[in-house]
Amino acid sequence: MLRGVEKTFSSRQGADYVAVRGFYLELARGEFFCLLGTSGCGKTTILNMIAGFEKPTAGVMELEGKPIAGPGRDRSVVFQGDDSLYDWLTALENVEFGLRMRGVPKTTRREQAHHYLDLVGLTGQEAKHPSELSGGMKQRIQIARVLANEPKMLLMDEPFAALDAQTRAVMQEELRKIWQATGTSVLFITHDIDEAISLATRLGVMYAGPASRLKEVVDVELEGARNRTDDRFLGYYRRVYGMIREEVEVARRRERPDGPR
Amino acid sequence: MRRLREYGSYAIGFASLFLLWHVAAVYLVQSALFPPPGSVIARAVALFRDGTLVANVAISLQRILTGFVCGSLLGIPIGLAMGSFAPIRRILDPYTEFLRFIPAVAMITVAVIWFGIGETSKLFLIIYATVFVVVLNTAAGVASIARNKIRAAQALGATRFQIFCHVALPATVPYILTGMRLAMTNSFVTIVAAELVAANNGLGKMLWDARLYMLVDDIFVALLVLGLLGFVIDRIFRWCIFLFAGRYSPVV
Repeated sequence: MLRGVEKTFSSRQGADYVAVRGFYLELARGEFFCLLGTSGCGKTTILNMIAGFEKPTAGVMELEGKPIAGPGRDRSVVFQGDDSLYDWLTALENVEFGLRMRGVPKTTRREQAHHYLDLVGLTGQEAKHPSELSGGMKQRIQIARVLANEPKMLLMDEPFAALDAQTRAVMQEELRKIWQATGTSVLFITHDIDEAISLATRLGVMYAGPASRLKEVVDVELEGARNRTDDRFLGYYRRVYGMIREEVEVARRRERPDGPR
Repeated sequence: MRRLREYGSYAIGFASLFLLWHVAAVYLVQSALFPPPGSVIARAVALFRDGTLVANVAISLQRILTGFVCGSLLGIPIGLAMGSFAPIRRILDPYTEFLRFIPAVAMITVAVIWFGIGETSKLFLIIYATVFVVVLNTAAGVASIARNKIRAAQALGATRFQIFCHVALPATVPYILTGMRLAMTNSFVTIVAAELVAANNGLGKMLWDARLYMLVDDIFVALLVLGLLGFVIDRIFRWCIFLFAGRYSPVV
């Protein structure tokens, strides 16, 4: 739960930049929330604060009634690029990293790591190092690695942005299945409307930065597997596209105040 | 088959080097001051038989290795500390930034005044030649760890100490080994210079004596041996990197 959260960055020139101001959001347990916004609107700032990597300048942030003080294993993060993987470890060793840090005995953690590698579809790739795997497979390792830690909340920062369109579609489908199987709450950041509607049970659109906050929240009520050509899917798409479009215009005008309207 | 071709091209490279040398010495220069490879190798065999070559190589190598190991053992923790903690880096920066521009060769004079011409001064010089390269590379390695690697470990519940042992250290290994390889080159340069100036034995002393008595063949034997030694040690180093740290650096 986030209440009136604000984040100000101070720049080297001395001018403070307010990235986020007055951000309110409450997530229900087990929901899949997608945070949508134009680039530079502060989506990642919100995620970094929930993860505990950055502290808010003002406001309250709580997880199940307890204030968020720093990074912790109840909130796991899947990063956009592959630079968070440990390239000196195999896929299996990467996945069991969190368990190893906690002192879980080897046989138990091996078993669990195998289980989650199977879940993300990496059976047979256990002994390979990240450098030997494709972009999609590396993101699967990241997902298995956080799932093995059994977090209360999964924070995903545009995890599929660097993948090609086909791989991305497959990964989205599988992520939805994994989410349904594990029941973990997910906060998923993206700038891709299609991706947000395909995944979310609820999605929030942010204003263009600076001093951004939530503009509107939409409940995505689509049952079963989501079909991009479905009329109701397209209805959601049009609605969200309209909201984003306005913000893109605002952001453009702020960047080029004298530009064509 | 690929192996064979690899070694074959190496052999061709070396053979052409000796061929060029031979042609230059016998047909182009034709001077007693530039002996052909044949007579140098013959002289090397003679020096090897009477034991002087082995003794000189052994003492020089011993100096290099002792100093190199001590310098690395000193440099790695300092580099790790400098890379991990900004205050330590700021405190030690003046030392490394100032001293690394004073070459070890320039320190020979001081070393001899302080420690005489014995082993202590050689040890000091090789450590000096090793330590800064290792420190700088190690610190740079720690500093270049991707932030997301650290953040991922934090979010997976690792403590600060665990992050250091299981993330920062292994991520830095390739940089440490690169620093050590560069330091090895420095050590070679330094030990020869030190032995030229002040020593009772070693390859540098052999060079100096040969110059004194105009034993041109002996000079070339020393040069040849230095080149070969450096080449072999670097190969061993690369092989060790591959063997021990292959899993830390998939791109050796």
